[in-house]
Amino acid sequence: MDLFEYQGKQLFAKYDIPVSTGEVARTADEAVAAADRVGYPVVVKAQVQVGGRGKAGGIKLAANPDECRTHASNILGMDIKGHTVEIVWIERASDIKSEYYASFTLDRAAKLHLGMLSAEGGVDIEQVAAETPDAISRIHVDPVDGLDEAKCREWVVAANLDAEAVDGAVDLLLKLWRCYVDADADLAEVNPLILKPDGGVHALDAKVTLDDNSVFRHPEYSEYQATQVRDEREEAAHEKGLQYVGLDGYVGIIANGAGLAMGTVDIVSQVGGKPANFLDIGGGASAEVMTGALEVIDNDPAVRSIFINIFGGITKGEEVANGIVEALARIEIEAPIVIRLDGTNAEEGRAILEPHLSDSLQMQPTMLEAARQVVELAQARGGE
Amino acid sequence: MAIFVDETTKVVYQGLTGSQGKFYGLLNREYGTQVVAGTNPKKAGTDVDGIPIFASVGEAVAATGATASCVFIPAPGVKDAVMDAAEGGVEFVVVITEGVPAHDEAWFYNKLERDYPSVQLLGPNCPGIISPGKCNIGITAGHIAKDGGPVGIVSRSGTLTYQALYELKLNDVGVTTCVGIGGDPVPGTSFIDCLRAFEADPETKAVMMIGEIGGSAEEEAAAFIKAGMSKPVVSYIAGVTAPPGKKMGHAGAIVSGGKGTAAAKMEALKDAGAQVALNPTEAGELMVGVVASL
Repeated sequence: MDLFEYQGKQLFAKYDIPVSTGEVARTADEAVAAADRVGYPVVVKAQVQVGGRGKAGGIKLAANPDECRTHASNILGMDIKGHTVEIVWIERASDIKSEYYASFTLDRAAKLHLGMLSAEGGVDIEQVAAETPDAISRIHVDPVDGLDEAKCREWVVAANLDAEAVDGAVDLLLKLWRCYVDADADLAEVNPLILKPDGGVHALDAKVTLDDNSVFRHPEYSEYQATQVRDEREEAAHEKGLQYVGLDGYVGIIANGAGLAMGTVDIVSQVGGKPANFLDIGGGASAEVMTGALEVIDNDPAVRSIFINIFGGITKGEEVANGIVEALARIEIEAPIVIRLDGTNAEEGRAILEPHLSDSLQMQPTMLEAARQVVELAQARGGE
Repeated sequence: MAIFVDETTKVVYQGLTGSQGKFYGLLNREYGTQVVAGTNPKKAGTDVDGIPIFASVGEAVAATGATASCVFIPAPGVKDAVMDAAEGGVEFVVVITEGVPAHDEAWFYNKLERDYPSVQLLGPNCPGIISPGKCNIGITAGHIAKDGGPVGIVSRSGTLTYQALYELKLNDVGVTTCVGIGGDPVPGTSFIDCLRAFEADPETKAVMMIGEIGGSAEEEAAAFIKAGMSKPVVSYIAGVTAPPGKKMGHAGAIVSGGKGTAAAKMEALKDAGAQVALNPTEAGELMVGVVASL
């Protein structure tokens, strides 16, 4: 779960990480009122969960109420890489002496946490990493030991920050580590981390991704979940407990298991079709689950045909087939369906489906044949 | 031979008294797995269909000689369950549970490495392991696998593993062991652990490796194959056509440095001499071809 910058900063503040004072605004009037309380000059910052907002014009400095109103009006409603700006964060502008980069994340290859710190922050840090990897000071942190002050200082010193920033950076990064661990973050990133002329070290941005799997020990996550941005189709599927990712094609896909669903998307693409979605119904295939999945797919106007790809493991073919038959009795689906049913008791399952087959409900023995047919049907119905 | 588990493996099920644990524990026993005990501190002294329940893995090991454990405990309790298993003295711990926090996984992986180096962890969030005809620990439907070899399977995906087992069975190709390592950020057993074991196992003559997009485990496996595998490898990477996910921040991109896409993984595997299939069906066909030419 990705947080907006303002949420990340509010989280940082709980760990005493120095951040600028600021307020959230949803209208230009609110922005001006917020700026009056925060004190000019302010920065008006678009709140979107995507990078590159500065280059897109989503971050502006305002010296007075008129400028604040103008910038807030322009930024609210702006489209940044497909994300509409609904919230701006108004914060007190900071004087900047130097800009750094700092983050903690999990290094999956090393199976350890990884801290990265660079004196060359603010700019395109990925380019810095690619061109001058030595400009990034890295530290692997064993989760059992954690990060202590001595190790943290060694890491900071190796990053060659301005000398007067070292103490402040050590203090801030130890707090950032605590935040990363206690909040169960997948990512806690500060870019830029700044040195102010008065010697203070300060987080000027906050990118935080929380681990959805740790919700059970973080009741405070519910507040963030309420502000998550989701595709409407994804929202509907989420409510039914289905794993759904919207794509931009025309073949609806239902499969059991994430890997098989991904494999189905692959094979549909390989035979020349365009998948409309990725939908994993999980292990079982009851009538309820199948009905829900078909409803979600059918609500997508781009869908021209539907591929149901089920592999019975523990769930037997008869149960899957009965689930499909019952689901189709409950709802009317316009798009033709192609089923591929394999695995445990597939023969029995296919026998149950046999009498229900028609032009709009077809069956194929293999994934490949089913993929070819479902794409052909979609294209005959205008899918392109 | 099989890798990691065989007919002598005695398994204690942590969470055998829960609905999932009981369902799969009894199915595994029916398959032929030696299911010798269950644990639940609140139900010690009772039994599940004749299988004795103990308060801890240590007590179960002392009473039954269990050598492996299988964890069906809900995610919040997995960290403690893994430590209970390690302290209890089993050598192999299979965690089926999904939804374990990444920080917990990273913690117990490193704790085991340091304090219990002889304990091998499989999972979390994996379907388990099956040495067909000998031992099945986890949620794989045993009858979809043909026993005897010569193929070893290692996979990050559950359903694609079943698909692979089943396609090989339809083609009368047997499997020595099929290991589902799971798709979580910190898997206890890696592709490389399995490739190394298959390379050393005389009955395994070829290996099928099923990966997914994300992370760099497949690239690392490719480097291992190139340097140290003499046996043929057939692979499939799911998510060839998946759209690039939107990711916040730069840290992930800096760490991966361009790795993680299906294309990068497939390229690395091809470069290592593995045969790379474009879809699961093709992977099965390629393996049938490899086995025929052994």
